[in-house]
Amino acid sequence: MLAVPAADAALGSWPAAVLAGPAGQGDLPAARAQMGFSLAWHIVVACLGVGLPALTLLAEWLGIRRNDPALKLLARRWARAMGVLFAVGAVSGTILSFEMGLLWPGLMGRFGQVIGLPFALEGIAFFIEAIFLGIYLYAWDRMPPRRHLLTGIPIVVAGIASAFFVVCANAWMNQPRGFTLRDGKVVDVDPWAAMLNPASPPQTVHMILAAFMVASFLTASVYAVALLRGRRDAYHRAGFAIPFTLGAVVAPFQIVVGDWAARFLADYQPVKLAAIEGVYHTGSHVPLTIGGVAGENGLEYGLEVPNGLSLLVGYRTDTVVEGLDRVPRDQWPAVTGVHWAFDLMVAVGFFLLGLGLWLLLAWWRTRRRGGGLLDRRGSRLLLALVALAGPASVVALESGWSVTELGRQPWIVYGVMSVRDAVNPAPGLMTGLWLVLVVYAAMTVATVYVLRRLARGTAVPVAPQEADVRDYPVV
Amino acid sequence: MLVDTALAVMWIGLTCYALFAGADFGAGVWDLFAGGPSRGARQRRVIEHSIGPIWEANHVWLIFVIVLLWACFSPVFAAVMSTLYVPLTLAALGIIARGAAFAFRKVSTELWQQRLFGASFALSSLLTPFFLGAVAGGVASGRVPAGLAEGDVITSWLNPTSALGGVLAVLTCAHLAAVYLCADVAREGDTELARAFARRAIATGLACGAVALAGIAVLHADAPELFHGLTHRALPLVVLSAVSGVAGLVLLATRHYLTARVTAALAVAAILWSWGAAQYPSMLVGSLTAPQAASHPSVLSACLISLACGAALLLPSLWLLYGTFQRTSTSEADRGVGR
Repeated sequence: MLAVPAADAALGSWPAAVLAGPAGQGDLPAARAQMGFSLAWHIVVACLGVGLPALTLLAEWLGIRRNDPALKLLARRWARAMGVLFAVGAVSGTILSFEMGLLWPGLMGRFGQVIGLPFALEGIAFFIEAIFLGIYLYAWDRMPPRRHLLTGIPIVVAGIASAFFVVCANAWMNQPRGFTLRDGKVVDVDPWAAMLNPASPPQTVHMILAAFMVASFLTASVYAVALLRGRRDAYHRAGFAIPFTLGAVVAPFQIVVGDWAARFLADYQPVKLAAIEGVYHTGSHVPLTIGGVAGENGLEYGLEVPNGLSLLVGYRTDTVVEGLDRVPRDQWPAVTGVHWAFDLMVAVGFFLLGLGLWLLLAWWRTRRRGGGLLDRRGSRLLLALVALAGPASVVALESGWSVTELGRQPWIVYGVMSVRDAVNPAPGLMTGLWLVLVVYAAMTVATVYVLRRLARGTAVPVAPQEADVRDYPVV
Repeated sequence: MLVDTALAVMWIGLTCYALFAGADFGAGVWDLFAGGPSRGARQRRVIEHSIGPIWEANHVWLIFVIVLLWACFSPVFAAVMSTLYVPLTLAALGIIARGAAFAFRKVSTELWQQRLFGASFALSSLLTPFFLGAVAGGVASGRVPAGLAEGDVITSWLNPTSALGGVLAVLTCAHLAAVYLCADVAREGDTELARAFARRAIATGLACGAVALAGIAVLHADAPELFHGLTHRALPLVVLSAVSGVAGLVLLATRHYLTARVTAALAVAAILWSWGAAQYPSMLVGSLTAPQAASHPSVLSACLISLACGAALLLPSLWLLYGTFQRTSTSEADRGVGR
């Protein structure tokens, strides 16, 4: 599914760059804007592509087990949305693999062979996904329910696998391993070491959990809105409860994994952590700053927790945290952007964790005192917050991804190759950017429109994709 | 040996892309010429029914080729992508418009939406193979030198060989689609429509032949090295392609639709392999050979071993996919029992 979300290159301060690229940089700002934009688009669809099949299978399985028509209908509805999202995910992912060469031939020409393996493996996983998606969607009524359920499992497994492989490639850009540079030439390549670099474990786990959270909370928020509007039947309740429960279960794990990923940076990519936390000067007793603007000498106007960062990194106030002063100023990432993106992600993460705790508490109380989960006092507030949680999880996804990309600047391969050295020197990339923006704008409008139509439609054919088969019953 | 294996595997991927996804593009071309909403409805439904379950899997062959090219022959990938970025960007946008619009049309109910998405699907099915063919022409005629964007941004794809490649690609896709659809439609019992597709298959087959003949003159003037290769080392493959092409036309005329699939596929595959044979071992004509461009042996072997393991998973899966949807699709027996 995620054809290439990771190997993003360099988002930079792209909205500004589109409007006024600094003179003499050629089309670098256009290339960064195009890559950033198409990745930011794809990453949302890709997360749905990883998470939605799991939700659909869950609904279908429960529907078969309980012989519940509402759950069965839910599974068919989600499968229809899945078909549309998979198609746009597949094509927007293909574009990314083109763009790796169209925009960053300098990177691919030299290091393509080093990061080729995870992409080849991702191709296989994606192939499996596409094959079984075809079978799952189109053969719904051609096989017994349990066998049909089985054909969905490879979609989920392959979706997780492709996310893993692609994020491994991105992790390599943060922790380049598995090659030796001799006189500017790549020699002694070890593709397995490149793929399984130190950044791979925290990054891949963080991304895969994020995919499940985004898919869960986005789906739950759709049904939260419907429930708020008074459609409180079993169908809408199940559509709310299944994804919300999955999201709530994943959220606490994600907080722990996020902490692991940040701690990893302290050891392996201290400049990124310094940019994230706005630490200019190496030292101990470093405070944790929330918010603020990057000034000449550090973050200004932020809320400071004394010794906070030192405690978080090493559990001791005298833990030394490396600052941005370890590298020349022209190699600093854009501190304010990275810092704010990180704070935003963490804030949303804790908001989602809070919702999960609320669910746990409500579940515990309904078990003791009886009654339905949504009949309790305050359930409207919970629904409103979950309605908000969908878009919020997307914000967290995009900002988290911005942290990893902006925080690596000015490098495309950390410490080895700069973004400037990787860009396509050909003229006219700006035109390509405008074309891409227009096509993606149209695709966005159409996708949202079609998904809304699917959500509102009343009749669903038995086989979700066979709209043309007239003799099938419609549920 | 390792280099040649990687090259061959990549070429097999390209052949599969042409044979499977090419036919999906061609189906879009026939969708474009199917006529007005009421007259073309039956054909459009047949087309949608045939390619719906399989086009995404078929499309993955392109990703497969791209990824193998960059993993195993990185400098070639960088040179081709950077010099030919104009037609490749257009092809990429065509891929987006086609895939997304096809999925959107399937779930939209109103005529104006079906028309809008249908037009986008059909038009991009025509443009995308054209640009991909133009890219092939640019590479085959030696207009892509090694290095980053070293070739001419415009003439690398606006030239006689690229035009030949583009036109031939579109015609080939349309031909393959028409041939494949014949058997699909005949299986559904619609002999009249099957014959209509057979007529189109014959017409596009003849057009392919005519363009290929004219192409001899074009290549002689514009791509002498490729011409030399095609008329010497690759000659048996060229002859094979011509013979199977003609045999396919005869089979279509005599309504042997399933056998015609084999000959049509063979004719197209032989064209691709004759190009490869004519150019071998050079990848970028005049500047880079396969051994020079090849990645470190550790990378080649890792990729090939992974693909071999992957194939063990993929081949049965593909068998299941095509098997599920190539059986008689609407008979009671196939519908499953526990619905």
